[in-house]
Amino acid sequence: MAHATTKSAAGAHGGGHGAGHAGGHHEEHHDQESLKTFGFWLFLITDVILFGTLFATFVVLRLNTDGGPTGAELIELNGIIASTFILLTSSFTSGVAVLEMNKGNKRGLILWLAITALLGAAFIYLEVTEFIHLVHEGATIGTSAYWSAFFTLVGTHGLHVSVGLVWMVALMLQLSRRGITPVTTRKVNIISLYWHFLDVVWIFVFTIVYLMGVM
Amino acid sequence: MLDKIKDFASEFFVTGDPLVLGAQVSIGLSIVAIIFALTFFKKWKWLWTEWLTSVDHKKIGIMYIIASILMLFRGGVDALLMRVQLAAPQLDFLHAEHYNQIFTTHGVIMILFMAMPLMFGLFNIVVPLQIGARDVAFPFLNSLSFWMFFFGAMLFNVSFVIGGSPDAGWLAYPPLSELSGSPGLGQDFYIWGIQISGIGSLATGINFIVTILKMRAPGMKLMQMPMFVWSVLSSCITIIFAFPILTVTLFLLFLDRYLGAHFFTLDGGGNPMMYINLIWMWGHPEVYIVVLPAFGIFSEVVSAFSKKKLFGYKSMVFALMSISFFSFFTWAHHFFTMGSGADVNAFFAITTMLIAIPTGVKVFNWLFTMYRGRITFSTPMMWAVAFIPCFVVGGMTGVMLSVAPADFQFHNSYFLIAHFHQVLIGGVVFGYFAGLYYWWPKMFGFRLHEGIGKWAFWFWNIGFYVCFMPQYALGLMGMTRRVNAYDFDMGWQPLNVVSTVGAFLMGLAFIFQVWQIAHSIKFYKKEKDGDAWDGRTLEWSIPSPAPLYNFARLPRVTSQDDWWERKQRRAKGEPEEPLAPLEPIHMPKNSGIPFIMSVCWFTAGFGFVWDWKWMIVLGLAGVIACMLARSFSYDTDYYIPVDEIERTEAALRGTK
Repeated sequence: MAHATTKSAAGAHGGGHGAGHAGGHHEEHHDQESLKTFGFWLFLITDVILFGTLFATFVVLRLNTDGGPTGAELIELNGIIASTFILLTSSFTSGVAVLEMNKGNKRGLILWLAITALLGAAFIYLEVTEFIHLVHEGATIGTSAYWSAFFTLVGTHGLHVSVGLVWMVALMLQLSRRGITPVTTRKVNIISLYWHFLDVVWIFVFTIVYLMGVM
Repeated sequence: MLDKIKDFASEFFVTGDPLVLGAQVSIGLSIVAIIFALTFFKKWKWLWTEWLTSVDHKKIGIMYIIASILMLFRGGVDALLMRVQLAAPQLDFLHAEHYNQIFTTHGVIMILFMAMPLMFGLFNIVVPLQIGARDVAFPFLNSLSFWMFFFGAMLFNVSFVIGGSPDAGWLAYPPLSELSGSPGLGQDFYIWGIQISGIGSLATGINFIVTILKMRAPGMKLMQMPMFVWSVLSSCITIIFAFPILTVTLFLLFLDRYLGAHFFTLDGGGNPMMYINLIWMWGHPEVYIVVLPAFGIFSEVVSAFSKKKLFGYKSMVFALMSISFFSFFTWAHHFFTMGSGADVNAFFAITTMLIAIPTGVKVFNWLFTMYRGRITFSTPMMWAVAFIPCFVVGGMTGVMLSVAPADFQFHNSYFLIAHFHQVLIGGVVFGYFAGLYYWWPKMFGFRLHEGIGKWAFWFWNIGFYVCFMPQYALGLMGMTRRVNAYDFDMGWQPLNVVSTVGAFLMGLAFIFQVWQIAHSIKFYKKEKDGDAWDGRTLEWSIPSPAPLYNFARLPRVTSQDDWWERKQRRAKGEPEEPLAPLEPIHMPKNSGIPFIMSVCWFTAGFGFVWDWKWMIVLGLAGVIACMLARSFSYDTDYYIPVDEIERTEAALRGTK
């Protein structure tokens, strides 16, 4: 899969290992980029395990409300459904950004990344609003094991999205300055991988935390 | 004002213990001495440009090894203090609280800050050389991993003199490790020290998987890799699946303590048993993470010193990989007594027994490699040979522990203590010593004195058996772990005294090793040939120590033990491939960001421990700034020109 994402870069060096044995600086640079993409896939595996552990914790503790409020009582699904659609759309727009990049359209790439980031920011805004609402209703991280697990799992996802936002803004600056090069191409590919990954994680959050827990 | 400072200092520093006071004074003095020496000899710039900012895997490896030996010293002193207390509990050498702190830090330091960095040090030095690469896949990340480990370890160690040591056991089970059970700061130092270094370990796991899978010399197929490389691969795969669990578990414990969450508390619906499950889902694979590379080292050493190809290469690969897989399905054997029921216990008992099978396969492979070999008993080989009986006994007692009904008797007794020290010392420590002795000439370009090394070897081995064999018996006599006192009429004292004598023999062995290194430096004799042991794998085909770029020309590999085969062909007088022309070599530039970023993590961690908000913000802002600085820097590598390579090679090989 790592190769698929660097299609444009991979052609020249085929299946060779190691940097530089075939000579030519240009080729080496491409090889470096494909190494980084592969490394990022491995990082995503570790992130899967990280979220997996948080999900397991949530599932174990989902009934431990300690006589306090339950999720079903306090959570309003309407906002969640809205934010789900916003995040799914942002995944689509980040895909469009990659397509624009492959066409070599720098302005289109930055534009679509900006739209993606805006949608991401809207998602975070809704999540923060939801958290504030819950705290006002009397559910904080210290209320019970259920709420500890809830805030930690949902919050960790939100933190990931926020990190992605900062990263995306930094990347837009780099793109406007340096244009589409092998290095920035790899960076856009990686952040779009990351963004899709967070989308997939959210689908699980939505299903397990919200749909199964609230409905 | 003065009173305020006094109040603060008495809270900030650990006070009222003569041992700690001694440590504080000596730490203070050594810091002053180091700063003075660096300033006096004008070495600050050298330290910064040659070491702190280096992304060279060989230098990073050496720094890992130095740090781990320092940690071995501290963990060893902890062990000796405990043994003194247990030999004569009547003397009240360590009071209960101090004893709790010492067994906690002994465990954490030996596993996480001694075994892990020693392992990473060997990964760093050996793997790129064995696969014919010029560096690891991500040299910058590699440097970051090291500094994260280093500052994590420092954060943990500083608790000894500032704030107070953790004392809830090396895995910090709740509810004891919760705020209700451990209100002091020690537990917070524990969480942040391990958390920061754990992130570094995770990154190393990713780094070496990519290095091994993508950066092998042209022609080297997976099934032609040296066995050590296979063991590193299996260990790293285990790391990337296990370490995120540790990160989450410690993070949840932190939330409990810092924000009043209820994951593992007794009130609020928390579940302490969940922590114990989670921590062992990491903890059990962790012991395989550290022992698998030791298996790889034994494979290299046994084959090199028997002058034979490794017996059963494929079965060895299969054994390594299946161990790394099965290691994830045995965690509950650490708490058969928890009450999960017969079915759960039976499952974990069987998986635990299963894992003994691939391990047994390896033992036979090593024995058959030695069979009819031309064996030379140099120090690395002695450690490898001593390992086999030791590990077999340790493994068999492990199988005894895996029998769930019987475990109710052994659980948390000295029988268990003896078992895991036997596999961790007999397996991991002996293995890494073998590796350290084997690759020492490659790292530094000179050999260690064999005679003193043999003294150290015998003291270690005899000391080991004298120390731990009595502990099996003590366990069966009912002595449980983590007790600091017992009555004379329990009848445990004679065996405890014997055990303490053994521990001091090992302490003596360590002194022999220090002497061995000092002696070998004093009578420094440059290694002329890069091939110190008439080795089989690629690292022996280049000069010692290896030049910055390792291989002037990347080797073309045609078989397993390629260097050995090449030497055989050369001896037969077969024509060699003509040398390809040199080309400029692409290298990463040094960077100060990993060091600075790790300092920022340390700052943030220290802030979290004391709950000083300004410090947390400062530290985390620094971390983010470092990440952005790295993201925006594009000028990260350079080329070594051909004439410089030619000059270096000529100087190293003494041809001109």
